[in-house]
Amino acid sequence: MAPSSGRSLHRFANPGRFLRLSGAVLPWLSAAAVALIALGLGWGLFFSPADWQQGDAVRIIYVHVPSAWLASSGYFALAACSVLSLVWRHPLADLAAVEIGPVGAGFTAVCLATGSLWGKPMWGAWWVWDARLTSVLVLFFLYMGHVALVRAFDDPTRGHRAGAILALVGVVNLPIIKFSVDWWNTLHQPASIGLTSAPTMYFGMLWPLLLTAFGYTLAFAAIVLARTRAAVMERRIRGLLMARAASDPSA
Amino acid sequence: MTHLPFIAAAYALAIGVPLAFAVNAAWRMRAATRRLAAIDPRRQRAGAA
Repeated sequence: MAPSSGRSLHRFANPGRFLRLSGAVLPWLSAAAVALIALGLGWGLFFSPADWQQGDAVRIIYVHVPSAWLASSGYFALAACSVLSLVWRHPLADLAAVEIGPVGAGFTAVCLATGSLWGKPMWGAWWVWDARLTSVLVLFFLYMGHVALVRAFDDPTRGHRAGAILALVGVVNLPIIKFSVDWWNTLHQPASIGLTSAPTMYFGMLWPLLLTAFGYTLAFAAIVLARTRAAVMERRIRGLLMARAASDPSA
Repeated sequence: MTHLPFIAAAYALAIGVPLAFAVNAAWRMRAATRRLAAIDPRRQRAGAA
């Protein structure tokens, strides 16, 4: 990347500028997320049709698919922050990565649990060692490993670096998750929505799914932004208290 | 509605988990803002001006 790109990235490393910008964006982001999720879930729960084979259990996809999408894309964001941290030493990228980890793990847990709640009435089992389910379980463990690793060092810089390396190694799992339903003969169905092909879903089911997917994506972004804002302020508090203790050892 | 307990549990998780993260983030932001206002000399100067 050109040096000017690195400079422009570091413009947003200024904590004051980040707090001002994120403070302006956060209320709108949160309001849009709540509105889209409420609309999508209401539509999916009360107005979309039941499936001729699955019955009303199909309504679980309106929460399962967005959480699955965010489990993978959240990990991609974690890996992107890790690149920014390792290559450009971007200080906010470290904080953002630390804050993405638990949120991504939470959404992955929701994905696994809602999938299990769909699987029991449809497949007759809470869990099967299917390639898609197992690779998402590995993703959950990668998130948990990242959460533990960044907090395992006395020196936060070493923790951030170790976490960034783990996050980048774990990226290999993302294509495995995506293509597991094509590469192996899985019980989990293949994707119904793709970038290169027309959706194979009825539009009365597709729209609430798109609304909840977009709403949950905004909610994920708002939660991470709010957590990162808190982390920036907490870092400033620690810095001030350490400076105060250094200037007045008797205090 | 068929499979109601499964649907209700799935929606409760999908609403409850993000809500818990959002409440925790808001609480952390509020606590950090208050603490920072109490100890940050720049904010104290801005408040006194």
